[in-house]
Amino acid sequence: MKYVDEFRDGDLAKNIARKIALAANTNRTYRLMEFCGGHTHAISRYGIADLLPANVRMIHGPGCPVCVLPIGRVDQAIRLAREQGVILCTYADTMRVPASNNLTLMRAKADGADVRMIYSTQDALKIARDNPEREVVFFAIGFETTTPPTAVAIKQAAAEGLKNFSILCNHVLTPAAMHAILNVEGGVKLDGFVGPAHVSTVIGSQPYEVFASDYHKPVVIAGFEPLDVMQSILMLVRQINDGRAAVENEFTRAVTREGNRKAQSLVGEILELRETFEWRGLGTVPNSALRLRPGYAAFDAEPRFGVEYVAVPDHKACECGAILRGEKRPQECKIFGTVCTPQNPVGSCMVSSEGACAAHYTYGRFREEVQ
Amino acid sequence: MCLAIPALVVELLPNDMARIDLDGVRKDISLALVEDVAVGDYVIVHVGYALQKLDPDEAAETLALFAELGKAA
Amino acid sequence: MSTKRTAYVRPLDLKQGRIEMSHGAGGRAMAQLIGDLFAAAFDNPFLAQGNDGALLPPTSGRLVLTCDAHVVSPLFFAGGDIGCLSVHGTVNDLAMMGAQPLYLAASFILEEGFPLADLKRIVESMAHAAREAGVPIVTGDTKVVERGKGDGVFITTTGVGVVREGITLSGDLARPGDKVLLSGTLGDHGMAILSQREGLSFDAPIVSDTAALHGLVAAMLDCGADLHVLRDPTRGGLATTLNEIAQQSHVGISLMEAAIPVNPVVAAACEFLGLDPLYIANEGKLVAICAGQDAERLLAVMRAHPQGGRAAIIGAVIEDALGFVQMTTRLGGRRIVDWLTGEQLPRIC
Repeated sequence: MKYVDEFRDGDLAKNIARKIALAANTNRTYRLMEFCGGHTHAISRYGIADLLPANVRMIHGPGCPVCVLPIGRVDQAIRLAREQGVILCTYADTMRVPASNNLTLMRAKADGADVRMIYSTQDALKIARDNPEREVVFFAIGFETTTPPTAVAIKQAAAEGLKNFSILCNHVLTPAAMHAILNVEGGVKLDGFVGPAHVSTVIGSQPYEVFASDYHKPVVIAGFEPLDVMQSILMLVRQINDGRAAVENEFTRAVTREGNRKAQSLVGEILELRETFEWRGLGTVPNSALRLRPGYAAFDAEPRFGVEYVAVPDHKACECGAILRGEKRPQECKIFGTVCTPQNPVGSCMVSSEGACAAHYTYGRFREEVQ
Repeated sequence: MCLAIPALVVELLPNDMARIDLDGVRKDISLALVEDVAVGDYVIVHVGYALQKLDPDEAAETLALFAELGKAA
Repeated sequence: MSTKRTAYVRPLDLKQGRIEMSHGAGGRAMAQLIGDLFAAAFDNPFLAQGNDGALLPPTSGRLVLTCDAHVVSPLFFAGGDIGCLSVHGTVNDLAMMGAQPLYLAASFILEEGFPLADLKRIVESMAHAAREAGVPIVTGDTKVVERGKGDGVFITTTGVGVVREGITLSGDLARPGDKVLLSGTLGDHGMAILSQREGLSFDAPIVSDTAALHGLVAAMLDCGADLHVLRDPTRGGLATTLNEIAQQSHVGISLMEAAIPVNPVVAAACEFLGLDPLYIANEGKLVAICAGQDAERLLAVMRAHPQGGRAAIIGAVIEDALGFVQMTTRLGGRRIVDWLTGEQLPRIC
């Protein structure tokens, strides 16, 4: 695959690893957060930790939209499917997230609720057109990468006069989450961020400049492939050594400073900021999520079906919160690998394959001999 | 974060759609979020939409950076 | 003088006809279905006797018996169908025990309303697969369930074979120092099915690798290599098969990602759907674990056989009390190749 395989080359990886080892100052530790769930997955799946010196530590951030979805939001989707008889369309990632009463969307489907996994919002629109007598609700999750596709669907639905289509909107924002991480009381010490790949193709590199200027944290936007991640780590180590804090772009083949203006303005046309939104692990974060603009309120499933958000606390032993903030590692959660496994997930970090716990369990737990 | 893949545009289709090819796998995706896409361009595809065009010159430069030997030990 | 009257029997409408409840009731309709369709296609002296069981000649040697149900959907896919899949699957289960397959039995659960034209296709495909493999289908059964109670057709096949003197293959015989070999590319069958279901299209479709492997196995046994385990990585893929063996043998397994063959279009389809080829089903591949010193010889024999052209040594058996299957990634780092959790769902985010 062009533009994929070359960025996974083992010899180039060794070369970059060598440069990181040379650059890393043995007198200190480099604590780098990779914000994006896709990067968490790549790091575990390729065993990148084996290629880094021991004093360069990757801390997994909350950039996994499934992981930060509070239980109460999944409950809303399940209630819509079970009680309101809607056709609930969702990306496959949400199907196994544990919700209240031991339910998941997968179990609701097995129980007879009409839950359908889709690949694209276009599929959801087609289901709405093909089933005019049924209500169709799209469970909209994701960061800024996934928001424009939802905006396109709403705009199209409005243009077509589609009366039976609505969304449960859970789109969240990356820079707001990064602020929240940095503002956590007594939070984790971080030396820099590996910035998300595809979010940045949409929002550009400009939104991260505040973290360099105001928090003095370097940010390097990394492409999606393992070599991109490694090169970005090298670039961060160099900045830290030089005492610099700037936004650098490693993913120049797809990211510019302004990002995708067309996508941004489409999102701005359809959606607006919510004043507050609850995140799993980060609590309530201001200006961190989106909802439909008043002109598109007809497409909002929450008022349409009267299904309200009810906050549900995490399981007592679940450390997803601390893990999402980077304060604890998966193996430091008491129930990791015992009660909580991908087979039987207690928290969302274990459900999503990009969650820190699932990634570590699936690819890396042999390091601590958790059988 | 979100699974996205670079793919080759092999055909432009009506209604702002395009056919893309990834090593022989073909899919029809939406171009609603991008502009000036031509056959032969590479685009980053996410959940059925092209998000951005891929710049081949920048890609080549990035690969060259990876291969740089850097300072001697 | 009376003339003998013979009742006119309407022939089976194999073009437009459908399965009806009477086809499973044990009466004339069922006899006609069995005679005109099944027995005609499978065509061997055992079936011709028309008894409920096949009387087999005496066989000396240790016998292997195996059984499989086949519920694949869609029934017809690029490279095969449920019919040939069921023959290959059972022949392969026998071959993985080191047995020469001798006889097959097949039972069909048919859904009321299932098109006879489709059934004919399936049965002829089975007959062809059985003939090519040299293994007759000697007995069988047919039942019909009401519309809505079955997914078109379910097929269960049973097979019996005989193991050569001196050969014992078992999942608990892998030993540290052994090498792990794979007979060819991963993921072809599973992705052929999944791509059809997920509506992916191709310029050249992914074709299922469904095939009978007993010829390849015979060649491998003939070459005298010290073979310990043979298994075909079907549901759950290579990862599941290796984890099973590691657990049975109380060993670890260490793989090299770069050595594992995957067709580029299969890799691309997996990439699209966020799936890992290590977990995708194969229906015409095998994993072999042999004594380390025999690996190269075994590899040469496999590569010389039409079904082993892309064979590769992909790893080794190691000491590991925890029984992990580990892999050195193409990047040089290490990861485990864990058991599958639930069903592999396409990953989007």
